[in-house]
Amino acid sequence: MRLGVKLLLVVVAVVAAGVMIGFYVSHLTTLAGSPSYSVPVSGTKSHPVVNLEFQTVAAVGSKVSRNPDWVSYLVKTTSGWRRETVWDLPANATVHVTWLNFDGASGLRNPYYGLPQGIVGNQIRVDGKPARSIDPNDASHTFAVPALGIIVAAPGVADNAKNQCGYATYGCPMANAHRTIQFTFHTPAKGGHFRWQCFVPCAAGWVDGFGGPMQTIGYMDGFLNVKA
Amino acid sequence: MASQPTAATPPSDSTNHGLRVVAAWLVLSAIATPLVAIYVGPLIPPGNASVQGQGQVFDNQVMTSLVTPILCLMVVFFAYGLVRFHANRNEAILDGPPLRNDARVQLFWIVITMTMVLFLAGFGTFELLKDGSGGGQGPNPIASPSGHHPLQVQVIGQQWQFTYRYPSLHGLESNQLYLPANTEVELHVTSLDVIHSFWAVELGVKADANPGVDNVAYVETKNPTVFHVRCAELCGLWHGYMFNNGYVVSRGGFDAWAAKQEKIFASIKPFMNRAPDQGGAPYAHSYLPAPGGGPPPVRAG
Amino acid sequence: MTDVALAAPRQPLWRRLIGFNLLTGIVLGVGGWYVGWFGAHAIGTGGSLGFITEIDQNDLSVYLAYLGGVVGFLVGLGFLNYPFARLRGYPPSLREKETGGWTRYFGLCTDHKVVGIQYLWGIGLFFFIGGLNAMLIRTELLRPNHQVFPAGTYLTLVGMHGTMMMGMMTSGILGPFANYLVPIMIGARRMAFPRIEALTFWILMAAGAILTTTIFFGGFPTGWTGYAPLSNQANTGMDNYVLFFALVGISMTLLGLNMIATIVTMRAPGLTWTRLPIFVWGVLSTAVLMVLAAPVLIAVLSMEALDRTANTSFFIPQAGGSNYLYQNLFWVFGHPEVYILALPGFAIVLELLPVFARKPLWGYRLSVAGLLGVSLLSWFVWQHHLFVSGINGDLRPFYMLSTELISIPTGFTFLCGMMTLWRGRIRFTVPMLFCLAWFFNFLIGGLSGVYLSDTPSDVTTHGSFFSMAHFHYTIMGGLVFTFFAAIYYWLPKMTGWQLNERLAKIHFWTMFVFFNSTFAPLLAVGFLGQPRRVVTYPSGLQFLNDWVSVSAFCLGISMLIFLFNLVWSLGFVKKPAEANPWASRSIEFQLPSPVPVHNFERIPVFSSDPYGYGEGPPPQPIPAGAPAGSD
Repeated sequence: MRLGVKLLLVVVAVVAAGVMIGFYVSHLTTLAGSPSYSVPVSGTKSHPVVNLEFQTVAAVGSKVSRNPDWVSYLVKTTSGWRRETVWDLPANATVHVTWLNFDGASGLRNPYYGLPQGIVGNQIRVDGKPARSIDPNDASHTFAVPALGIIVAAPGVADNAKNQCGYATYGCPMANAHRTIQFTFHTPAKGGHFRWQCFVPCAAGWVDGFGGPMQTIGYMDGFLNVKA
Repeated sequence: MASQPTAATPPSDSTNHGLRVVAAWLVLSAIATPLVAIYVGPLIPPGNASVQGQGQVFDNQVMTSLVTPILCLMVVFFAYGLVRFHANRNEAILDGPPLRNDARVQLFWIVITMTMVLFLAGFGTFELLKDGSGGGQGPNPIASPSGHHPLQVQVIGQQWQFTYRYPSLHGLESNQLYLPANTEVELHVTSLDVIHSFWAVELGVKADANPGVDNVAYVETKNPTVFHVRCAELCGLWHGYMFNNGYVVSRGGFDAWAAKQEKIFASIKPFMNRAPDQGGAPYAHSYLPAPGGGPPPVRAG
Repeated sequence: MTDVALAAPRQPLWRRLIGFNLLTGIVLGVGGWYVGWFGAHAIGTGGSLGFITEIDQNDLSVYLAYLGGVVGFLVGLGFLNYPFARLRGYPPSLREKETGGWTRYFGLCTDHKVVGIQYLWGIGLFFFIGGLNAMLIRTELLRPNHQVFPAGTYLTLVGMHGTMMMGMMTSGILGPFANYLVPIMIGARRMAFPRIEALTFWILMAAGAILTTTIFFGGFPTGWTGYAPLSNQANTGMDNYVLFFALVGISMTLLGLNMIATIVTMRAPGLTWTRLPIFVWGVLSTAVLMVLAAPVLIAVLSMEALDRTANTSFFIPQAGGSNYLYQNLFWVFGHPEVYILALPGFAIVLELLPVFARKPLWGYRLSVAGLLGVSLLSWFVWQHHLFVSGINGDLRPFYMLSTELISIPTGFTFLCGMMTLWRGRIRFTVPMLFCLAWFFNFLIGGLSGVYLSDTPSDVTTHGSFFSMAHFHYTIMGGLVFTFFAAIYYWLPKMTGWQLNERLAKIHFWTMFVFFNSTFAPLLAVGFLGQPRRVVTYPSGLQFLNDWVSVSAFCLGISMLIFLFNLVWSLGFVKKPAEANPWASRSIEFQLPSPVPVHNFERIPVFSSDPYGYGEGPPPQPIPAGAPAGSD
């Protein structure tokens, strides 16, 4: 082979390897990832206030996921309900959470997680009524940030409730049967990445109810990116 | 061709190289071993936050002292051998002396390595049986430290957090690990789903958490301190985030913490004390989730 | 059967692309994949097996798709041609496509030298993919809690790196070098089962493709150990892991059987057991481990596949299974496995030292006893992986003893190697430098193993970066260094061209320095409380982790220097190698470079072992002859 041909072959090989590695790495960085959503902030700069609204749905629907039957969190953004679970929050903020749960109860494996903790007053409001604990058998999902000590369980919609939400797609409408949970927590003064997750074995069909959506960021797991 | 070796003409060499190496080795070892034993050994983790951790430090000290002469032998041998026995850069390829065997050297080597191995195994067994060394020993521990009544703490691993139950505090459960100082603790490590491993780093405790298995580990705390707890067995998505701090506090501090926790715990306690088939979890040594793992496999879409 | 390839006239390139070769293999492989995939979907959605697709996770289709793909790939390569020819009454033949220029490297070829070179490039490719994963892992660990890759993807990277290296590098020495050299060293013209020899290689390549494509199925979270019940929870990417390792197991079993049969039955006249090159002894002891250990792996992964597809529960405690069953079976395979990786390294060191110390191998029988002793003892140590697992702990002292006992036969290798150097005329060639580095690396690996084998100390080090650094010292320091020693030593013989020595020395020194700079700090990191496979660590450990990451990147650059040398020397410079550049007495260096198609015109007769340095005149070169007519 002539020298020019050989050099060309080497260049082609290097470029091909570079393209493949680039594709590989970019595929990996997005695989099972989730874009981050900056929650709008009100209040003063030193004492920011955030109103965070999210819902939990039994099945996300095929338009927003390759896995339409997966259980998931959806967050309310300025452009509607989105399946995004990485949330940017300011440090030292007061976060008022409104949580709409459209899913039925699965029951907790460890009843301890029925005890709300790490939130203001260790107390939540369920459908407007204050509560200091949730019957673990009624638990449908939890919102828990272990590094911040936050645990909140939400009771599920009754099995015989009328007008249950099917595939959520872009959020279940309020007309569907749901439970409303409200609580408030403070973000820490120092920033950081804090993972949050669900502790209810709600991924039905998987061993221990903890496969699939329970181990995929963007469904039942996410991050609070607290920015100082 | 330059690469063809000349006929074997081993250069006459009456130097007793073996004696030189052995002498240098003995001198170096005699200097290095005590220094390593005294100054380096005690620095090897986990540290002296617990009796078991201290025992491991002692083990590491002994093993490092034993390892040092081996390292010295290698350093001396290769330093001497590679300098003394290398061929000159542009020398024609010459063959060395055709030494094929020496039964005395073999015997000496086998006896030495055998002695060291048997010593290590005997020493390790003795240390292990003394107090369990902080390791998980399964449901029937063969090495329990002494006859006192230890404080029982159950460590429950689940994807992805450890929680702790204190049967002596009326079944109190917490996501914080507090231990009183100077106390013997009996840890019962179990899991609710996959395999985890409870690692209290500075205390020198590690025990795998298996579903349905009561893995017992003993640790005797010393002075108040803070230690790290990490999961040491790959358990899924948040394995790397399955950590928190543990605290060894004074007796009074422990009681105060317990009183505060029991107050918070009161509201969930009635649910915890229900029968297991009613969804409760009264204190038991191990837990096995329902067959199939919770909800039935078919989900209404 | 007259060999068609031999008889056919030379055809134009486009015509040679049509036929049974890699291209056809890939086309039929992709076709087979789709047949399996849609077949399984038809079963899953149509019949009573509806539970398969209920959770949007159709494991059965992944298995059937890849099995279809593998079958199509092998058919396309032409592995069914011979059985069909025999069914149609053609006479038996042991040769297939042994001539035909460079195209024979891209298809089924029964020449053991072609298979050896295929293995070298194939394994090299996956070694570099595994290494790329290591670079990405270290990128993630540059900062204590910052996500370059999402947490689940990080676990996939860790799993792919570990599985790729452990799976592929089991054949890292036996694949390229034993296939190439064992028949020559024992004075034979081929392996005992030439078609099976080719099959082991192509199965391995299919397996590598399966593992790489796990990223399209969500990856897998379990690391290379694949512990149940976590593996039962995992995405369909886990099925790629199961298939990969099972196929590697099949390849290993066949490779081992082939090696044993060849070494036992095909030695030339005069080559008694005490004259066998020590490398062949190393291959034999490794092959025995492969044949006995790999079937256990295949069995345990078959059970895992059933758990994942057919709702059995071998490893699910909640349904009557046991996760200890998996751990025990896996490590019954897994611990011999790490010696499958280490033993060929021992053998290469002992094979090369006499050449460069210009002395006979010291203590031949003791070194053979060392290899066989490690091979035997490796069966009795597996529960040291379960010291703190909560399995009945009464046997811990026994496993501590058996683990420490392995240091005795390992010590034989050290003694024989060191005494071979003793009073020699040592030449610091590149292969020799890699062998000397082996002593250093394996010493650190072995001495750190003392802490892990000691049950009390293991409580802290178990499952930490300490144990990770330990096995990188033994496997990367023990196997990969000797792998490069073998490349620099034998590649001139295999290709007929020299490698650039200056670049080779740069490669060695950068690799040695940055290898130690990468893994020595990790021993400390482990002791200080960083478990394996974590995506976060305490910020106090950031300095050490950053040091390690930067060193690892430099180690990666060192590998690129090697790659450059390979391309530069073999593709551009092409300086012909002498037949015997090292003045070795081993028989492969008495043959011309590269070795002729059927090795020997006349089967050689052996009268001594190949280590008689200083004991008489060197052996005469064996002239090249016409290809032999028959076996």
